[in-house]
Amino acid sequence: MTAITPELVAAHQLTPEEYERIVRILGRPPTYTELGIFSVMWSEHCSYKSSRLHLKKLPTQGPYVLQGPGENAGVIDIGGGYAAAFKIESHNHPSFIEPFQGAATGVGGILRDIFTMGARPIAVMDSLRFGPLDHPRAGPRNRRILEGVVSGIAHYGNCFGVPTVGGECVFESCYNGNPLVNVFALGIVRQDRIFYARACGVGNPVVYVGAKTGRDGIHGASMASAEFTEESKQKRPNVQVGDPFMEKLLLEACLEAMETGAVIGIQDMGAAGLTCSTCEMGSRGGTGVEIELARVPQREVGMTPYEIMLSESQERMLLVVQRGREEEVFRIFRKWGLDAVAVGEVTGDGLLRVKHHGEVVAEIPSRALADEAPVYDRPRTRPFRTAPLDGPDFESADLARDLIRLLASGDLCDKRWIWEQYDYMVRTNTVLGPGADAAILRVKETGTSLAMALDGNGRYCYLDPRQGARLAVAECCRNVSTVGALPVAATNCLNFGNPERPEIMAQLVEAIEGMGEACAFFGTPITGGNVSLYNETLGEAVYPTPVVGIVGLMRTQPPVRPAFQGEDAWVMLLGGLGSCDSRQFGATQYAKVILGELWGVPPALDMDYERRVQAAVREIVSAGLAESTHDVSDGGLAVTLAECSLGGIGAEVDLRADDRPEFVLFHEGPSRIVLSTRQPEAVERIAAKYGVEALVLGRTRPGVLRMRQRGRLLLDCEVESLRRPWASALELALRG
Amino acid sequence: MKFGVVVFPGSNCDHDAWWAVTHNLGHEAEFLWHDDESLGNADAVILPGGFSYGDYLRCGAIAKFSRIMRAVERFAREGGLVLGICNGFQILVECGLLPGALIRNRGLKFICRQVELRVETTQSPFSSEFRKGQIVRIPIAHGEGCYVADPRTLEELEAEDRVVFRYVDNPNGSLNDIAGILNAGRNVLGMMPHPERASDPLMGSTDGLLVFRSMAAALSLAR
Repeated sequence: MTAITPELVAAHQLTPEEYERIVRILGRPPTYTELGIFSVMWSEHCSYKSSRLHLKKLPTQGPYVLQGPGENAGVIDIGGGYAAAFKIESHNHPSFIEPFQGAATGVGGILRDIFTMGARPIAVMDSLRFGPLDHPRAGPRNRRILEGVVSGIAHYGNCFGVPTVGGECVFESCYNGNPLVNVFALGIVRQDRIFYARACGVGNPVVYVGAKTGRDGIHGASMASAEFTEESKQKRPNVQVGDPFMEKLLLEACLEAMETGAVIGIQDMGAAGLTCSTCEMGSRGGTGVEIELARVPQREVGMTPYEIMLSESQERMLLVVQRGREEEVFRIFRKWGLDAVAVGEVTGDGLLRVKHHGEVVAEIPSRALADEAPVYDRPRTRPFRTAPLDGPDFESADLARDLIRLLASGDLCDKRWIWEQYDYMVRTNTVLGPGADAAILRVKETGTSLAMALDGNGRYCYLDPRQGARLAVAECCRNVSTVGALPVAATNCLNFGNPERPEIMAQLVEAIEGMGEACAFFGTPITGGNVSLYNETLGEAVYPTPVVGIVGLMRTQPPVRPAFQGEDAWVMLLGGLGSCDSRQFGATQYAKVILGELWGVPPALDMDYERRVQAAVREIVSAGLAESTHDVSDGGLAVTLAECSLGGIGAEVDLRADDRPEFVLFHEGPSRIVLSTRQPEAVERIAAKYGVEALVLGRTRPGVLRMRQRGRLLLDCEVESLRRPWASALELALRG
Repeated sequence: MKFGVVVFPGSNCDHDAWWAVTHNLGHEAEFLWHDDESLGNADAVILPGGFSYGDYLRCGAIAKFSRIMRAVERFAREGGLVLGICNGFQILVECGLLPGALIRNRGLKFICRQVELRVETTQSPFSSEFRKGQIVRIPIAHGEGCYVADPRTLEELEAEDRVVFRYVDNPNGSLNDIAGILNAGRNVLGMMPHPERASDPLMGSTDGLLVFRSMAAALSLAR
């Protein structure tokens, strides 16, 4: 019997106060196994103890929401009797320690969350952030991490058979020691077939299915709840190994088992493995769960109860099955070649009781574990930032060269090298895939389509977390609207540093409040998500990086793409030229790439105007008036026009603006969309109806991009001279 | 006309093939389980894309030993139409129903891309609806799609007009730019590109549908 010493408690990342609380709950000191169970369930990763208080500020309900936060994924009504289940989750820490498996199991984890709800996954997107590939010190490692993460995602998603249809990939030095890997997944389920992670019906058997339990990933959840130090590489054994083929079998078998009606509740074993699934199912069902560990399929001999309970071996599920119908369920799992074993049963006493060869090794009230974790109102000051408010004086020597440098920069260059490694077409629903403002997936079951996008901007949030989060939501809704869809719901992934530092805690709170405000305004409630804290290495935190994923509804129609489609179309700017001052310019890609600086504040946002611009573009797209649409974001108007031209058809435009040319071309003011059309008057009529500007900038022209400001030529480029550096930049950078 | 779509546990384009046949082509299709011994009353068989048994070993190496493949081999020997797409093509070469082998792509990376193919022959039940020399757009999505064979086999394939599709811009290093080949009896086609992904106007190309149309035409002629 291991003695519970203060050192052992500290090694489990539990504070003395938390330990006291455990003793109070149990009415006695915990056993070693119980200590392990509490430590993972009360880890930041599983309990949200630092963020829970503030997450309550997020809007979670709306006309489309069928299931808000608290289940494995949020669920929305998509019409026709069907629903979409979706969520985003981080796998940052494992991806730093072991990029390939870290990212692969990140995909695996979120896919299980989706099919646990009874939904078949039909799309994945990734939001990735790395240190710069050409960083003098960390460059080689950053390149290796990117390559590993991308092939890990490809390996898992491709084999499983879910298309990876979009996302983002951004580079900043603050991610050198702490890359961010956020994975979004979405699935489709019939509304009357939604499953929940609840253990109901006393006496019903609890069934373990899927891969055997091994010693991998023990304490993964706790690892994800601490900063990285020099010793973190020794944590490699804490990262799990993924088996996408096993997951595919699990998907098919679970969906088939759910069809029988014999499955009462189901929960995947993700973070904190068997511990989390047993106590959460009991807690949600208002019941208890008793399991016998000797019956758990094990990969290794001699595993202790502690190890079995805390293992994070992948591709495992826990089911509660209707008593007497076990054989129906077992038959299906056998058909798919999977282990399925009754390991325990639902009890009425509200306790999680764990036995090992008949001996009770843990007995804890489920609710105390799952829902009564400590909640901290951590002290906070002002959000951490060291950037100045005012930037340097500057003047562009050559605007065309600046544009080319921007297009060849890490954030803006072609990401084809990444997304061509992903099967983005499997399941033949991808109407619009990677490289567009939003992905569009046709839903075969309903005949309608869904649009989805991921957005985040660490630089904006670093300068002002509240405003940055509002802008991320606005941009994500704009991306979804730009392809013609109505944004209806959101999921979020909050990537921050150490919440025990008051200036980091302030970033988190400000960002949550800003996100909540914007999500409420745009009618996109947060239906679930994930908080990833302690993204710090050797005391250096990442930029506050809230990432939002938004899902929109639309009718099925041929997609409108960003690229100009033919010559002599009218090029219009919906929303107007916007404005910018020298402080707001400090947050732009121009400041980052051309000047190598960061200062000031993020762009201003008029949410009401933004909403009207989005409504106008949706109507323009639905009416079939636009040949192309592309929202203005990173890099500003010039980069947007260049991106529209990269297919070969460029444009000749004249901008009637009075600001200095650098601002006019490269400021990142929101609420703007570039479109091309043959019917400018019809577009103007719709814009006028919503009270938004619709400026005719010029015409599309084959092979050239020419921009004037009130007649004065600012830049004149062959499209090919823009395309080549844009297309080759990432591969060149990866060669080092 | 009834198409049988084989389902290995790791098949993931099975449903796509089924959808292309039933919804885009307008014929019947049914799934055939890998552990079954019979093809039922299927008039033609499709081996779909995916990762048959995980394919951690060599793609298709384990599928070769599955029960359903005994039935497929018999069916092919008797002249039945068998279309192997992507992983299906890999399984067909593993079984020896088609010559050569499929190895890792030249760039060692998985590639998902819309590519152009040249139709080299219309003298087959899979390509009669195309025009010879026609350039078509059908996507690829594979990590091991580089077709290799010894020089004699290649010569034979060329001499016997058994190369049906060739890449216009070779993405994976395949010898002779080969994207799809026939067996000597011309009733078995293996191709790396995915015709089922180019069968619906929404997916950006319907060139792939002509493969299924050709098969349907051949089957109705045989009736």
